[in-house]
Amino acid sequence: MTTLLTRKKDRIDELAEHGDSLSRDAFRRLSRNPVAILGAVIVLLFVLVAIFAPLLAPKDPYFRYLIDEVRQNSPLPARPGFPLGADQNGRDVLSRLIVGARQSLIVGVLATVAGLVFGMLIGGVAGALGGWVDTLLMRFVDILLSVPSLLLAISIAAVFKSANQWTVIAAVAIVSVPIFARLLRGAMLAQRHADHVLAARALGVHERSIVLRHMLPNSLSAVIVQATLTLATSIIDAAALSFLGLGDADPNRAEWGAMLGDAQTYFDIQPSLAIWPALCIIVVALGFTLFGESLREALDPKNRR
Amino acid sequence: MLRYVVRRLIGVIPTLFVLSLLLYVWLRSLPGGPATALLGDKATPEKIASLNHTLGLDQPLWVQYAKFIGRVFTGDFGSSLASSRPVGAELADALPATIELSFAALLFAVALGIPLGYLSAKLRGGFFDNFTVIATLVGVAVPVFFLGYMLKQWFAVDLGWLPPSGRVTAGLDQTKITGFLILDGILTREWDVVWDAIRHLILPAITLGTIPLAVIVRITRASILDVLNEDYVRTAEAKGLRARTIRNRHVLRNGLLPVSTTIGLQAGLLLAGAVLTEKVFVWGGIGSLLAEGIEKRDYPRLQALILVAALTYVLVNLLVDLSYALIDPRVRVR
Repeated sequence: MTTLLTRKKDRIDELAEHGDSLSRDAFRRLSRNPVAILGAVIVLLFVLVAIFAPLLAPKDPYFRYLIDEVRQNSPLPARPGFPLGADQNGRDVLSRLIVGARQSLIVGVLATVAGLVFGMLIGGVAGALGGWVDTLLMRFVDILLSVPSLLLAISIAAVFKSANQWTVIAAVAIVSVPIFARLLRGAMLAQRHADHVLAARALGVHERSIVLRHMLPNSLSAVIVQATLTLATSIIDAAALSFLGLGDADPNRAEWGAMLGDAQTYFDIQPSLAIWPALCIIVVALGFTLFGESLREALDPKNRR
Repeated sequence: MLRYVVRRLIGVIPTLFVLSLLLYVWLRSLPGGPATALLGDKATPEKIASLNHTLGLDQPLWVQYAKFIGRVFTGDFGSSLASSRPVGAELADALPATIELSFAALLFAVALGIPLGYLSAKLRGGFFDNFTVIATLVGVAVPVFFLGYMLKQWFAVDLGWLPPSGRVTAGLDQTKITGFLILDGILTREWDVVWDAIRHLILPAITLGTIPLAVIVRITRASILDVLNEDYVRTAEAKGLRARTIRNRHVLRNGLLPVSTTIGLQAGLLLAGAVLTEKVFVWGGIGSLLAEGIEKRDYPRLQALILVAALTYVLVNLLVDLSYALIDPRVRVR
C-alpha cells in the first residue's frame, strides 16, 4: 500500500513537474531563436560591463579633468583621450557610461527584485488562500493599478524631501508590485482546480505543500517573463524620474538616467551628451525585451512541438 | 446592459475613495512639507509654523482629509501653493491643452498602428513584418523625453520645418471659446490659428504617440494572426467569398476587438507620457502643471492632478469595457 501510494505521489510529482521538461524544451527552442540569442548577448554584455566597470573605464569617472575649459563653453566634444567628449563638469563621458552600466543595473535589478518579492507575496497569498483575503488584497492591487504607472512612481518619488538612489528604486519598484501580484494570483487560481492539484489533494497531500510544491512552481514561468520585461521598463522609468528632477540627486553618481536627465540642459549645445546614455538605455532595454519576449514565446505550451 | 453599467459604475467609487485617502496621508505625512518648499531651507521654525497654521497644515490629518473630501465634492480642490490660484481653475485652463495633445497622439497611433499591424500580420515572416516587429520593440525602449528632444532638434532647430515649443505662435489673434485651439479656430473660422496650432501639435503628438503606436501595432498584429487561423476564415475562403468581404466582415471585425481594449489602456500611457512630452515642448497642459508641482512640492495641486488622472484613467477604461460589452454580448453575461 505504501509503495503504491509513493508511486502515485511520484507520478503526481512527475505530472506537476512537467514544468521541468517544459523548461528544458523551452531552453532548446530559445537556443535556436536568433532574436533570443541577440537579446541574451546584449544582456550578457551589459552585465559583464557592469561587473568589470572599474577595470574597463579608461579614466576616473568622477575626476573633473577638463573643468577649466568647461567653465567657458559647457560640455566638450570628442578629443584625444576623451573619445566621447567631456560632460558639463569636465569628466570623461566614456568612463562615466561604463561605470553607469553598473549603477543602472543596480537600479534596474533592485527595483525589479523588490517589486517581484512584494508582488509575489501579495499575489501568492491571495491565490493560495482565496476568499476574503483574496478580495481585500486584490482591491488594494486594483487601486495601485488605477494610477497610471509613471504617475504612481512620480507621486511616490515626489514625497521624499531629497531624492537619492533608494527613493528612485522604491518608486520604480512599487509600480511593478501590482503587476506581479495579479500575474501570480491569476496563474495560481488557474491551478486551484487543475487535475494535478486535485489529485494531490485527493491523496491527502498537505495544503501547504500543494501550494509550495505544485501551484507555485507551475506559476513561475509567467512571473519570470514579466521580470525580464520589468528590468527594461525599470531602467526607462528611472530615467524619466531623473528627467523630472526626481532622480538621484548625487551629482557624482554616474547613472544613465541621471546622465540623460542632466544632459537636457545642454541639448542644443552638445546633443551627444544626451545621445550616448540614451543609446545605452535603448539598447539594454531592447536586449531585456527581446529576451523576455522570446522567453514568453518559448514557455508558451501552445508553441510546443 | 443597464445593470451592467450601474454595477461597473458603483465598483469605481470605493477605489477612488481609498485612493484619495492613501494619496492624502502619503503626501502629507512625509518630511519636507510645503511650508519648507515655499519659504526655502533657511526659513525659521516660527515662520514655518505660522505658514503651516495659515494653510491649515497643523490640524490633525483626518480633519484635513475630511475638509479636503468635502471640498472635492463641490469641485473645490483648494488653492495651489505655488500660484495661489484655485487648483480647479488651473486644471480647467490646462485640461484642453492636454486633451488636444493626447487626442492627436492617439489619432496618430491608431491611424498608423492598425494598418501597420494588419499588413504585418498578412505578410507574416516577411521582411516588412520582421522590420515592423523590431521597430515596435525599439519604439517601446526609447525614453519619451529623449525622443521629444531629438525630434525637436531635427525638425524644429536644424531643419526649421516646425515650431519647437508652445501651442501657438505668440501674438496670433485668437478668440477663446472652448480652450481647444483647433476647435476654436474652426468655430470662428480663424484658419491661420488652426494651421498654426496644427503645426505646433505635430511634433509633440508624434513624441507622445510613439509608444501607443508600437503597442497598437503589436496587439493588432497578434490579434489578426489569431483570427486568420480561425476555422470560419478558412470556411469563408473555401466557399469562395471575395477577399475584401472576408477581410471586412470576418478578419477585421473580430480581429479589432482586443485592439479596442488596448486603446483604452493607452490612456494611462498617454497621461504619463504627457508629463514628459509637455515638459520638452513647454506645452502648458496638465503635464507642465504636474512638473512644476513636483518642483515646488505643491501638495494641493499634486493631489488634485493625480486624483483627476486616476479618475480619467478609470473612467476611460470603464467606457472601453462598456463599448466592449456593446460590441460583444458575451461580456455582459459574465
